[in-house]
Amino acid sequence: MNQARIFISILSAIIFSVGIILSGMANPSNVIAFLDLTSAQWNPNLAFVMIGAISSNFIFSNIFTKKISAPILDKNFHLPTKKKLDRKLIVGSILFGMGWGLVGYCPGPAWISLGASLSVFPVLLFCFAMSLGALFYSRSQHFLK
Amino acid sequence: MESFLGGVLIGISAALFMYFNGRVLGISGIVGPLFEETPKSDRVWRLSFLTSMILSGLLARFFLSDSVQTKVFGVWPDSIPKNEWLIIFVGGLLVGFGTRLGSGCTSGHGVCGISRGSMRSITSTIIFMVSAMVVVYLKKEFF
Repeated sequence: MNQARIFISILSAIIFSVGIILSGMANPSNVIAFLDLTSAQWNPNLAFVMIGAISSNFIFSNIFTKKISAPILDKNFHLPTKKKLDRKLIVGSILFGMGWGLVGYCPGPAWISLGASLSVFPVLLFCFAMSLGALFYSRSQHFLK
Repeated sequence: MESFLGGVLIGISAALFMYFNGRVLGISGIVGPLFEETPKSDRVWRLSFLTSMILSGLLARFFLSDSVQTKVFGVWPDSIPKNEWLIIFVGGLLVGFGTRLGSGCTSGHGVCGISRGSMRSITSTIIFMVSAMVVVYLKKEFF
C-alpha cells in the first residue's frame, strides 16, 4: 500500500503541475495581473482557475469521497483538526500574502518553475528563501516548546 | 479557456489525492514537514511529490515550443522583478514562513479547504488575497 501511495503522490503531483502550467499560474505576470486591481491590464484569470479547481474538487468529492469512510490506500483520512480562527492562521495568511504579492509565486508554481528553469537564478533564490522560511518556522516552534 | 481547464485539472489532482491517500493537496503542507523531524516513511512520499513537481516543470521544457514556454513560465526579466534580488529573497521567506504559520497556501486553503467548506480556509484565502493585493498596489505606487 505504501508503494501505491507513493505512486498516487507522483501522479497527483504531475496532474497538479500540468494544471498549474496550463492555467498560466506558473507565470508570475499572470498572477500579478489578477492581484493588481488598479491596472489597465487587470485580468480575472486566476479567479477562473480557482473556480475550476474548487468546483471540480467539490463535485468529485461529493460523488466519490463522501461515500467512503477511509481513503482507498490508507487506514484513515489525514484531515486538518484545527477549527478555530486563531492568530497563527491570520498572521500566517497575511505574511504569505505579502510574499506572494511581492514576487507572484506561491509554493506550487515556484517548484514547478524551478524544474522548468527558464529563469534559473531568481526562481532558485525564491525556492531557497521559501525553504529557509519553512525551516525558520520549524525552528521557532522547536524553540517555543 | 485554458485557465478554467487548468483549474479543473488542479481540482482533479486534489480530489484524487484525497480519495486515494486521504490527504489535502496543499503544497506548503506537503513540502513543509520535510524541514521538520519527519520520519523516513513520511519523507519518501513527500520527496516523491516534490520531485515530481520539479520534473514536470522540466518535462514541460521538452514538450512545449519556445514561445509557449515563455508564455507559460514567464522569463527573466520580464515576469520576475528586475534586479530585485532582495525582494525575491524576502518574498520567498514570507511565503515559506507564512504558509507554515498559517497552515496552508493557495492549493491547501484556497482549493482544498474552500471545497471542504472550512471556515479557516475561507478566512485564510480572503486574508492572503487581500494582503497580496495591498502589497502589489503599494509596490507599484512606491517602488
